[in-house]
Amino acid sequence: MAFADKFGAGKHRFGMLIDLDKCTGCGACTVACMAENNIGVNYDETDKLRSIAWMRLYQVDNGKAFPETEVAFFPRPCLHCEGEHGHHTPCVSVCPATATDYDEETGIVSQIPTRCIGCRYCVAACPYHARSVNWFDVPWPGGMDRGLSPLVSPRMRGVVEKCTFCFHRYQQAKNKAFIDGGEIAEKDYQTACTQACPSGAIVFGDMRNPEHTITKLLAANPGAFRLLERLGTNNKVFYLTKRDWVRRLADNYLAHEKLPEVKAG
Amino acid sequence: MPMDDSRYWPQGTTRCKPIPFLIWMAFCLLLGGWAVHSATLCLWKGLNQTAMNDFFAFGVWIVVDLAIIALGAGAFFTGFMTYVLRRDELKNIINAAVIIGFICYSGAILMLGIDIGQPIRGWFGFWHANVHSMLTEVMFCITTYLIVLIIEFVPLVLENRQINKVPDLAFFAHHLHRIMIVFAATGTFLSFFHQGSLGGMFGVLYARPFAYRTGVAIWPWTFFLFILSAIASGPSFTTLMVMLTEKVSGRKLTTHKVKMMMGKVSGYLLTFYLILKGADTLYWANVTLPKMGVSFWDMYQSSYGIYLVWLELGLFGAVPAFLLLHRRVRESYGLLALAMILNCLGAVTNRFVFTIQPLAIPVLPFEKWQFYWPTIPEWGISFGVIAYGLIIFSLAYRYLPVFPQEVELNK
Repeated sequence: MAFADKFGAGKHRFGMLIDLDKCTGCGACTVACMAENNIGVNYDETDKLRSIAWMRLYQVDNGKAFPETEVAFFPRPCLHCEGEHGHHTPCVSVCPATATDYDEETGIVSQIPTRCIGCRYCVAACPYHARSVNWFDVPWPGGMDRGLSPLVSPRMRGVVEKCTFCFHRYQQAKNKAFIDGGEIAEKDYQTACTQACPSGAIVFGDMRNPEHTITKLLAANPGAFRLLERLGTNNKVFYLTKRDWVRRLADNYLAHEKLPEVKAG
Repeated sequence: MPMDDSRYWPQGTTRCKPIPFLIWMAFCLLLGGWAVHSATLCLWKGLNQTAMNDFFAFGVWIVVDLAIIALGAGAFFTGFMTYVLRRDELKNIINAAVIIGFICYSGAILMLGIDIGQPIRGWFGFWHANVHSMLTEVMFCITTYLIVLIIEFVPLVLENRQINKVPDLAFFAHHLHRIMIVFAATGTFLSFFHQGSLGGMFGVLYARPFAYRTGVAIWPWTFFLFILSAIASGPSFTTLMVMLTEKVSGRKLTTHKVKMMMGKVSGYLLTFYLILKGADTLYWANVTLPKMGVSFWDMYQSSYGIYLVWLELGLFGAVPAFLLLHRRVRESYGLLALAMILNCLGAVTNRFVFTIQPLAIPVLPFEKWQFYWPTIPEWGISFGVIAYGLIIFSLAYRYLPVFPQEVELNK
């Protein structure tokens, strides 16, 4: 079964593939994401339970002492779940005010900050902590507001926000394709994190389009896996690794369960 | 006497002198002032005044909300038994149940107004309603049920000795009483569903192993379990409040037979609930959790250990159920009160566990357990809701004919 077949009907199914063995943990993806999407910096960014990160970088290790210690990084954007076996996207189905929605055309989970009432039910529903609450008024000191992107609405205190797969870029690419009279080109719709990654660990594209790099890579790597697949969130962010211990950290397993065979990398 | 308010007391009753009552009110208002200060802080500066964070999206306010809504279920269930099942002896306690229900629901809505990050947009849940969300159903039902409770409360207010002298108001109150079965039935319907939806809210979180439950059609088992635990604890809470008022006022307000009946209802419902809850827990531990790759023991670690199960289902579950099923226990005022306290604590623990624990557990294997302890403003608002309840109930007891048997029992 092709990876794109995991998802429902729709013209596009945009997804991401992150090669964990290429990721150096430099954090360029997170910085690019913040600049692109007008994410502010709180007064106390050491409080990671309240800081806002659409793309969060988790550092993990194999738990062994030096010199056998190994480190890896899990870049985690919103995973744009679709849900399976009759479930909806975990967050979309719970929002009482329809402030987050699932776009059937692209498979992207949207967020409408001006409609969000701040009940935080979606935050409770998301097991990936991909959703951040604006616990503070984001400060934009000394003219920094002049650097804000006009394409993305800054969020107000009290609402929830998250990665949108740079949906504004999709809209721009769609406009361009309309004017040019063709389809959206792969290079015209790339997320900021993908473009910023210096080691090329992040690949983004339409999994329905056989010409897109992500489709080819997923076809060549049947061992590509997703975070917490067993929960049935059916998300669209895939990972690759050759390291068993990294693979095992992507999901929960009972003590007696063996790791599924990994053919990745 | 300038401060004499006895002409407002219910006919044939006596109440404490105004000074001690005013001191009591001042104490409650002081707690209320703390809540107002806390609410101002949260509304002015934001929810950063709380201990909530991106792990603990819900905090003590949601626990208190769920708990008081469960305990307030005495209103609709007693109303159902009184007006629909025609258990006439419960007419002696229905007024108290309605007042407690009103306090609990209005208190919960007040609290939610502070809890949401953008209170001014609270109405978006009605305007942009997502019909798939359990929370949408909760929002619709608790607001409409509050309206029903107000309609049920109004005739009682109009029966105040002085207000009742106005012929039109007396006429209105009398006729409102006569159609109360309609509202009792409506209240039962609404309340049943939102008690269930509050449980459903957690049961549908299929990506949160602690909360997720399988179920039937669109309803997870928590939907039904929350209804049952609410109607098992609600009558106990109503009775406890009556007992507390009796102790404070030194007056007998209902016969012990009425209290025993409420205890019996609680006991049977609690036993039925515990059987189903036990089956649910076994299925969850042995089938649902292993499918997600986690074990039952993974769910109880750190500060949220297995002791919570023993507390919720043992000390606050099986023990009060055992006690309430025994007639000799129900005949004893003290033991009945003790069993009812344990029963109510069980409902509170259940709501705490479902609200906080799913969020404390790291679902991603490389995250850590987190711990939540509320800040002073969070406590302030929580205690403020309790103070609000005490004020309303104290005023109602002092000035309204809440207990039909009071005059007879204190001759």
